[in-house]
Amino acid sequence: MIYAGIDVGSVAAKAVILSNGKILSRVIQPTGWSPGEAGKAVFEAALAEAKITRQDVTRIVGTGYGRVALDFLDRAVTEITCHALGANYFFPANNLVIDIGGQDSKAILINKDGKVLNFIMNDKCAAGTGRFIQVIAMTLGLELDRLKELPPAKPATINSMCTVFAESEVVSLLTQNVPKERIVSGLYRSIARRTAAMAASLGSVRGVTFTGGVARIPGMQEALSDALGCPVNVPDNPQIIGALGAAILAKND
Amino acid sequence: MWKDLGMDLEKHDEFLAPVPEVYGKLFMAQENRPKGMGYFDFVVGDIHGIRVKELVDHKANGGKVVASFCVFVPDEIITAAGGVSIGLCAGAQFPVPTGEQVLPRNLCPLIKSSVGFKLDRICPYFQVADFVVGETTCDGKKKAWEILDEFIPTHVMELPQRRAEADKALWMEEIRRFKEKMEKESGVAITAQKLAASIKIANEKRAALQRLYNCRKADPAPISGKDVLLISELAFFDDPKRFTQQVNALCDELETRIVRGEGIAEKGAPRILITGSPMPIPSWKLHAIIEGSGAVVVCEETCTGTRYFETTVREDGATLDEQLAAISERALNINCACYTPNNGRIEDILRLVKEYNADGVVYYNLAFCQPYSIEYRKVEKALQEAGIPVIKIESDFSEEDTGQLQTRIEAFLEMLDK
Repeated sequence: MIYAGIDVGSVAAKAVILSNGKILSRVIQPTGWSPGEAGKAVFEAALAEAKITRQDVTRIVGTGYGRVALDFLDRAVTEITCHALGANYFFPANNLVIDIGGQDSKAILINKDGKVLNFIMNDKCAAGTGRFIQVIAMTLGLELDRLKELPPAKPATINSMCTVFAESEVVSLLTQNVPKERIVSGLYRSIARRTAAMAASLGSVRGVTFTGGVARIPGMQEALSDALGCPVNVPDNPQIIGALGAAILAKND
Repeated sequence: MWKDLGMDLEKHDEFLAPVPEVYGKLFMAQENRPKGMGYFDFVVGDIHGIRVKELVDHKANGGKVVASFCVFVPDEIITAAGGVSIGLCAGAQFPVPTGEQVLPRNLCPLIKSSVGFKLDRICPYFQVADFVVGETTCDGKKKAWEILDEFIPTHVMELPQRRAEADKALWMEEIRRFKEKMEKESGVAITAQKLAASIKIANEKRAALQRLYNCRKADPAPISGKDVLLISELAFFDDPKRFTQQVNALCDELETRIVRGEGIAEKGAPRILITGSPMPIPSWKLHAIIEGSGAVVVCEETCTGTRYFETTVREDGATLDEQLAAISERALNINCACYTPNNGRIEDILRLVKEYNADGVVYYNLAFCQPYSIEYRKVEKALQEAGIPVIKIESDFSEEDTGQLQTRIEAFLEMLDK
């Protein structure tokens, strides 16, 4: 039996095709202006890559903020439940999932089966999310993908978690000739501290899985590990964890 | 009539314009809705019409109209002096920016909204009221009354913060002072006979609401949480006798439904108890999200819920002094977060979860509402120890966080594993 999971986030749409518990294909595409179109396109691309047709898929589960725009789903489930299951697939011993996406960040406490025990999610502002990093990168005149190439450096202090205030703080650091790599490093540290504080309210941690687009940044992984005081595991492709969880849910249903 | 009340008609129309559509979508479109809701739909449909006319007529006949925001304000004394007690609008985002012209931005939206309603001159109840009765349930309200008083006379009752003898004496004195204020304003002497009658009216209203809430204990729930919230909101300003009669008529229908096993939600749908800050009309957002996600709200431990009616006034007082003491006692038995300590509220929540067979608790906190926000820690701990899932939702009256709240509520319901 073949199952599909589709995760339409604010920045990227992701699809995973699952067969006998193995990933047949996974595709990531920009969401663009139409979440509905993006979800359909990424699903079709995943079908093509797996060399199967729509009829081969037994069940489709959708997640992410764009899930409501998908009219071909068997079921829509929140990304909280899906990230928990997807993270559990790769690192079943870990009981905490940190997901930082384009518009929100969350900490999810799970049990050994990947079931959500408790969770906490950022409020309506974009503090500590991918969007936050994007805004600062723009201020620094850096492409998002080039952030990874910056050498590690002693973090500059960034106090504000508000995206707009942090931006002006960064401008002021630049006028003091603080190197970009130190500003970026400081940015990671401030996000990591906020995220760790959010996670701390959930209870004791045995192991951490870090998912979402922001988890691809090595400097962010280190900063989070420092802030939490324990190693973090990042799946090969942390962006597809929500879609993978949706596919697993399709199978479990 | 509205012109005479000094309303800003243009702004008023702008404020009310989206209401019919929102109301239709949220309330009228519910499947299998009890017929008894017809009366309440009618009251909302004409929310700034018939009732306002009644109040204008009441004033023309020499009666007073007294406005308030809180369950502590003793309706009984207002009624006994031939006055009408009304709760004021305070649950809309629309007047908040105006409220922020005279109040700090980081203040509870309920206070900003209510003061904004007066400044915008879009609430006919504010316009028709002779004066407002404020109370010191939190620092925000306490200080806001000083500012509101510049725009409408505001009488402030100082609420005790503990339940010791000295606090009881303070509140008793405040009740007495309010009685004198009412007598002076109305020119009517409050007698034991009049007060006995008005205590009865208020208690009957509370009993009707308790009966309505009891109906919600059934599975499937015979009525939606949205509808009951609406009724609780209307309880503050509808005519009490007529309202009581209509609630009881609705309960007759609901009790028949329960016997037949009919419900507004499916049997076994997740049952949610909401606790925390009040939801003045028209703040329906949280209920709409929860019930739109397939769950049903079965109880509110809020001031627009059980705190409004669970505590009644003893009716055995023979003298005026005994009656005033009984009225005074009631407030001290309400577990509002203005009290310290306030363990009774935790006991109430645990009891209500059991009584209403709730699967999970949504702790609703208005942004910057400190008493409830701080009290969350203790409530959360008690619920976790009892194995009852709880989620804290902090929000205001705006719509901008609806998508985010939707995700959090849905994830919470998925967690309940129903």
